[in-house]
Amino acid sequence: MKVSRRDLLAGAAGAVALGKTAALQSGQPPADPTKVRGKPSRALGQRAPTEKPQRQPRGVTSSGTPHQDLYGTITPADLHFERHHGGVPEIDPKTYSLLIHGMVARPTVFTLADLKRFPAVSRVHFLECSGNFGGRGTTTELTPQQIAGLTSTSEWTGVALSTLFREVGASPKAKWFLAEGQDAAVLTRSIPMSKAYDDAMVTYGQNGEAIRPEQGYPARLFLPGWEGNASVKWLRRIELSDHPFMTREETSKYTDPMADGTARIFSFLMDARSLITYPAYPVTLTRGWVEINGIAWTGSGKIRRVDVSTDGGVTWTPAKLQEPVLSKAHTRFRYLWNWTGGEAVIMSRAVDETGYVQPTKEKLIASRGVSSVGYHTNPITGWRVRGDGTVIYHADPWTTT
Amino acid sequence: MTRMPWLVVICVAGAMVATLGRATTPLVAQTPAPATKKAPAALAPAKAPATFGIGRPATSADIAAVDIDIGPDGTGLPPGRGTAANGAPIYAARCAGCHGKTGKEGPNDILVGRLPGDAFPFARDPRAPKTIGSYWPYATTVFDYIRRAMPPDAPGSLKDEEVYGLVAYLLAANELISQDAVIDAASLPKVKMPAREHFVPDTRGRAKPAAGPNRR
Repeated sequence: MKVSRRDLLAGAAGAVALGKTAALQSGQPPADPTKVRGKPSRALGQRAPTEKPQRQPRGVTSSGTPHQDLYGTITPADLHFERHHGGVPEIDPKTYSLLIHGMVARPTVFTLADLKRFPAVSRVHFLECSGNFGGRGTTTELTPQQIAGLTSTSEWTGVALSTLFREVGASPKAKWFLAEGQDAAVLTRSIPMSKAYDDAMVTYGQNGEAIRPEQGYPARLFLPGWEGNASVKWLRRIELSDHPFMTREETSKYTDPMADGTARIFSFLMDARSLITYPAYPVTLTRGWVEINGIAWTGSGKIRRVDVSTDGGVTWTPAKLQEPVLSKAHTRFRYLWNWTGGEAVIMSRAVDETGYVQPTKEKLIASRGVSSVGYHTNPITGWRVRGDGTVIYHADPWTTT
Repeated sequence: MTRMPWLVVICVAGAMVATLGRATTPLVAQTPAPATKKAPAALAPAKAPATFGIGRPATSADIAAVDIDIGPDGTGLPPGRGTAANGAPIYAARCAGCHGKTGKEGPNDILVGRLPGDAFPFARDPRAPKTIGSYWPYATTVFDYIRRAMPPDAPGSLKDEEVYGLVAYLLAANELISQDAVIDAASLPKVKMPAREHFVPDTRGRAKPAAGPNRR
């Protein structure tokens, strides 16, 4: 029922088909693997040669996760989305250090080894760029990766920021801290101290291994449920203060013009969102039972419910949520559907534990304005199943009237 | 390498035991786990101390080497000064390639331009450029950002005097200061930015959320 990437490649353009042929010539599997001794053990595992999931770079400053190729909820580290403002720096872990200063009793320099000596914590959380929406136009040949590739989920390991703040004697009068990266952008964001005492971390582990360079090696700030830009990577400095610093990222960027003529500043929270990742462009369905499935997530805690519609949003039915449902993490939803042929538009709608409901495009436009195109765009998203089984993005253009 | 044969033997033996175990009664009698004894105080899990004593005290030199941020009140601005005339040649040499001859042409971020009546139409008009004059709420940010990250081919390479000149050039081009105004640590934080009054805190998720889909 599910159309594999190989099938798709077989029908794709010449260049792709040539690539497939070459791959099969060099590594043709035996007709009967039980009659040929297999490969020996090796120091580093690799994907099956037929599996080739890829991030999709947009320019040189970001690349998205191929949600259409993944199962479950954890994003393989090499497929975690990336977004950076000065390229990915190369940092020597032996000379890396994190300075914490400002409104603290004991300004302190921590090496990477120092950070790893503290009591650690591991948590599974999504990370999402607040600019994660690629479905505004009229193009229908868009994959889940192109529409929402800038969200991924990992198990993050590190030290609670509150532990570090206790170590340096953070002043109770401090209200904000500046987080600064060691990249060419020397990226900075101001973060409320309350987040430090809630669930912020300084992390060095991702899915059980060292954080990848694109995700902030050797250590990064991690702010569960908040826009990715604020989780400053390659963290070199934290300065505690009684006021925000009004950096470029948090003023001229990452602010949200509103329809009422204001602009939100420090809009950290990532609101609830969901996306069907199967069936989605470019698969082709055959008639019969389909397990519609996808991911849902919210920065406000746990996903409470995901509703699925197979009639373009007229009627909605709750999907099954894959347990365990974790706070501020991708949650897989599944919904059985018997596709008997004919056109259909399938959609999903997330509801989180605060009661927040993923909005329609129209609701977002009413509050945010039609050209508020930058950040925090989480509309209900659909796919159109055509009579021949091909699936395309249900484009819902954001046009000025 | 020398231990490899033993490993193989153990693995094979283990597989045999497992096979036998499935087919017959267990080869090893099940014994109840011994009762857990209370660990002596010295071995009990410790409570976290007030501090762990990890890390080394930062020296003033450690801090000075990286403490480059500029606050909205001007905190952190270095000595030095500049005017638009000082900045114009630096802009032409180091900035115009990406931001355009006058800061309005791109291809990268449009830096210069005010909107009639200092309107704030960004939510409804996709063509309205978010320039320093139309959208940036704090003039201090211009100094902070240029000094830390520009130009991309040599980030952080500009001297403080050069940055002051560039800031004066850009503020004057946006008609936020006069062409002959001097920008320094005292004057920069006082530059009035028209956009500032439009910025409001984000209230999502702060109080009890609005019922269901009514949250903005």
